[in-house]
Amino acid sequence: MLTTNPFASLGLSETIMQGYVILMFLLVVGGTLIDVIHKKSAQYFFETSQKQQKNARRSITSGDKTSAAISVLLNEVLTSAEFENPMRRLSHLFTMYGFILFVVSTVVLIFGYANMADAGIWGTLWHLGAASLAFGGYWFWFVIRVDVSAEGKKWYQLAKADLFIVSALMMVTWALIWSIVGKGGIMITESISLCFVLFVLSATTLFSTVLWSKFAHMFFKPAAAFQKRITKLDGSQENLPDVGEMNDPAIQARYPDIPEYMGTNPPNMGLGIKSEPPRHY
Amino acid sequence: MPTFVYMTRCDGCGHCVDICPSDIMHIDPTYRRAYNIEPNMCWECYSCVKACPHHAIDVRGYADFAPLGHSVRVIRDEEKGVIAWRIKSRNGENDLNLLAPITTKPWGQHIPQLANQPAPSQEMRDSQLLFNEPKYIRLDDGDLHTLESNGLEMKEGVYY
Repeated sequence: MLTTNPFASLGLSETIMQGYVILMFLLVVGGTLIDVIHKKSAQYFFETSQKQQKNARRSITSGDKTSAAISVLLNEVLTSAEFENPMRRLSHLFTMYGFILFVVSTVVLIFGYANMADAGIWGTLWHLGAASLAFGGYWFWFVIRVDVSAEGKKWYQLAKADLFIVSALMMVTWALIWSIVGKGGIMITESISLCFVLFVLSATTLFSTVLWSKFAHMFFKPAAAFQKRITKLDGSQENLPDVGEMNDPAIQARYPDIPEYMGTNPPNMGLGIKSEPPRHY
Repeated sequence: MPTFVYMTRCDGCGHCVDICPSDIMHIDPTYRRAYNIEPNMCWECYSCVKACPHHAIDVRGYADFAPLGHSVRVIRDEEKGVIAWRIKSRNGENDLNLLAPITTKPWGQHIPQLANQPAPSQEMRDSQLLFNEPKYIRLDDGDLHTLESNGLEMKEGVYY
């Protein structure tokens, strides 16, 4: 059951299923473009970049920019290094890779094996992707979500920011139920069940609401991470101060309070307020 | 000037929501990023600015020490036990870096174990001295430390 192609039992024509996938792809592309125009994201990043170049303390080469881009890809994009909270990072990795696996295997199943129950490894990957997204997503939804963890709100209190996560969770939840229950659930037609309709409705909501949801974060977050790395390389560092190493003689000569109160080789002081999670509401 | 958040830097971790003493840093219901819900009530204590792990929160300092268009930014590094400030003027000519210790010993250690201290005697209870006085105000070195006893004098300056 969990290794087969769930779309094979639908009895829908390949054209309808492939048309739906293409429509969703166009909705995401269109929604993202409108989002960029509406929020003036490109203009913002351009202006910030100009400001940053004005404050630069050293010039950077194209090699530096390439290495920064590779670092962003390896850290912020592929391993979600942006998150300080390791639990949130782990949950995001489950959600992100689950989503990618689910979308890619859906495309492969619909375009390559539309009416074949046996689709090799792709049927298993489709279920694994859905399960991974559901695991990371529900973990985030019930425990890690900042509204719950820091604002003290209940998990069922919804806001506009939840459009993305709720529709993604509903999509994979109904997809898994539909695949497992099969024709055992409430049937609308001979081959289409209520679970499948809910799955399609959730997916349509997810992909058609880019402008109003957090979906667009996938596109602007890497840009922001790249810009942040460049500010460190060119020394502009967003006007943030230099901290340096406390055992550096130059720092100690410039700030004599450091050796006087902390000694010439200050130890690692560990974590203070950051040793506790922000849950004191 | 009250705090404001650079939305592209914020990851919605909730540290500022947790630490704000005025309870005015909250999470935006549309973008799930932090924002100051009531700037009029912000007294610029800098708690959220220092707590933010991404340095996504900024404040414009008062005009008496940094005029219009300046930048005042801070990094509180707990592991190094220091706080660093940078004040930069609008034209960038004045660029001041400051660094100061905020602890001399690792956090959470060397906390006085008051429960293990012997109960105060009646004489200590009747005394005007507080716990660990005179040791903590160094009266046992001789007398109270004053400007005079340390060979210092008050300089003329601006007093409000």
